[in-house]
Amino acid sequence: MSLTDTTPRVIPDRLRSPMRARMMSWESLLLGVAVGIFILNSLASPYFLNAWNLSDATFNFTEKAMIAFAMALLIIAGEIDLSVAAIIALASTAMGVAMEMGAGTPVLVLVGLGTGLACGAFNGALVTKLGLPSIVVTIGTMSLFRGISYIILGDGAFRGYPSDFSWFGQGYVFWVISVEFAIFALLAVVFGVLLHKTSFGRTVYAVGNNPTGALFSGIRVDRVKMILFLLTGLMSGLAAVCLTSRLGSTRPSIASGMELEIVTMVVLGGVNILGGSGSIPGVVIAAFVMGLVTFGLGLLNVPGIVMSIFIGLLLIGVIALPRLWAMYRKTGG
Amino acid sequence: MTFLKSRETILAAAIVVLIALIATRFPGFIAPANLVMVFTDTSPLMILAMGQMVVILTRCIDLSVAANLALTGMVCAMINVAMPGLPIAVIVAISILMGAALGAINGVLVWKLNIPPIVVTLGTMTIFRGVIFLLTDGKWINAHEMSAAFTGVPRTSLLGMPVLGWVSVLVAVVMVIVMARTTLGRAIYAVGGNPHAAVYTGIDVGKTQFLAFTISGMLAGLTGYLWIARYSVAYVDIAGGFELDVVAACVIGGISIAGGAGTVIGTLLGALFLGVIKNALPVVDISPFWQLAISGAAIIIAVAFNAQSGRTKGRIILKSAEHAQ
Repeated sequence: MSLTDTTPRVIPDRLRSPMRARMMSWESLLLGVAVGIFILNSLASPYFLNAWNLSDATFNFTEKAMIAFAMALLIIAGEIDLSVAAIIALASTAMGVAMEMGAGTPVLVLVGLGTGLACGAFNGALVTKLGLPSIVVTIGTMSLFRGISYIILGDGAFRGYPSDFSWFGQGYVFWVISVEFAIFALLAVVFGVLLHKTSFGRTVYAVGNNPTGALFSGIRVDRVKMILFLLTGLMSGLAAVCLTSRLGSTRPSIASGMELEIVTMVVLGGVNILGGSGSIPGVVIAAFVMGLVTFGLGLLNVPGIVMSIFIGLLLIGVIALPRLWAMYRKTGG
Repeated sequence: MTFLKSRETILAAAIVVLIALIATRFPGFIAPANLVMVFTDTSPLMILAMGQMVVILTRCIDLSVAANLALTGMVCAMINVAMPGLPIAVIVAISILMGAALGAINGVLVWKLNIPPIVVTLGTMTIFRGVIFLLTDGKWINAHEMSAAFTGVPRTSLLGMPVLGWVSVLVAVVMVIVMARTTLGRAIYAVGGNPHAAVYTGIDVGKTQFLAFTISGMLAGLTGYLWIARYSVAYVDIAGGFELDVVAACVIGGISIAGGAGTVIGTLLGALFLGVIKNALPVVDISPFWQLAISGAAIIIAVAFNAQSGRTKGRIILKSAEHAQ
């Protein structure tokens, strides 16, 4: 993806003082934004500060964030997967087919996760075994996966999932803590530990910063990428289980356009779209920021498509502003 | 020998075989009038693919073309509703200028701020669609609101083919000349082939990419008017997801996603290949719902084929290192 980047990457010899670095880090800036939006929202709408409303608001981002965690690792490793929303469609359709055949909830969940994993394996194999660029491969599989859903469903829909299946998307673990939010919180910890505290996490950064260097250091680059594609597929399958359970039905257009919001979430979380850097706490805060923005706008009766303008502007803005700032600083401002 | 092995020859042969296979089941498909109809129907895809080709040649990608088409087309329709007497030539000029301006927005963000093209165009894609909603409040503009001249021009038959088809021929001729005979065309190939070398030969890489996005936007804008006029309806989601078909046409046409390699003729054949499939599906009694999956499979097969044929034939010292790049 960094094909046209003709400037060498600068790695500073000495880092800034830890305290100052922490204050100025992307994550703390983002946290400030999140708090600001929270305050604005509670001022703008009297319905905002209510435990149940806030709990509802989390559904805006929990499914997307599950995928965003895996996508963050994939983007840090220098690849991307644009087919995630299409994987949700295919996994949801597969669950619908299984349901028609009389499968119970445990089987439905396994079918959803299995389809996601299989789609991830397909993407990963095309990228690592055939050496194809992941952007084009996943643009292709994006049409392919969703296309298969359309072949199976046409303009129809699957309805009538078993009643205990609704637990994943509509159930609550404790008071206002939904099942989805609990899964989100658990995954945040798992992915945070995986990326920041394990040797596998370090290899992800190494692969993203310098794949050739990583290979010569004994890292099995293709295997790392394959695992990350599998992980992204699995998380898309999990999101499909949650989304299907929450909506209670499957249409082939389910989750369309969600890949954009997920990539936005990852980039907003401070992950370098060119690979090599980023953190899970950043993605977690970004998930909250996006959830709060869409929920706040929803309370103000802003239609969904107008919200997508905000998402688009946010995506370009978070990358453009630091670069504009750097240009301003360089010219002596 | 090289002529026989070229991508264009293989694709042209594939299209002929495809048409022949369809003709065995449905002879009417190869009637000249039907072939002209297929060509005209594929024209919007061909025009957009030529714009996309220029962008991909410079190592970028433009996912906002369909949204640009929809926004420009909607604005043209609104202008027509507000001022029915305005000559169509003026509307066409507006569509080209507006499309170019929207493309230039992408170009500036890539050129001046060095933002990855995929991020820029994913963002502008949703922004353009959202703006259509803001302009129209989600309302449709239907055939009876548009003037007869507005909807009539692309369908007017000239020498047996509608104007829409001739526009794609005209654009193709212009693009062949621009790519082969102008400094801009050669700069576009140079930037994609080797950006570092291009800089040393005095080519401004960013500016060339900016111009590529502007050309792509210009053609998307023009297609916007043609599309809205041909289907006589304008709404927010028009041509939704069409950007994937456009990228598919380029990839099938042999445009290397790594930049710098590919031809206008290849792109046209790639678009025609998809166009023939799309028009043949109802004829051979396959549900139109198959089309999305077929496009997807075609992209993957084409890009795998490109990678195989484009592989450098040198001695590989460390076998797995070639993937690591």
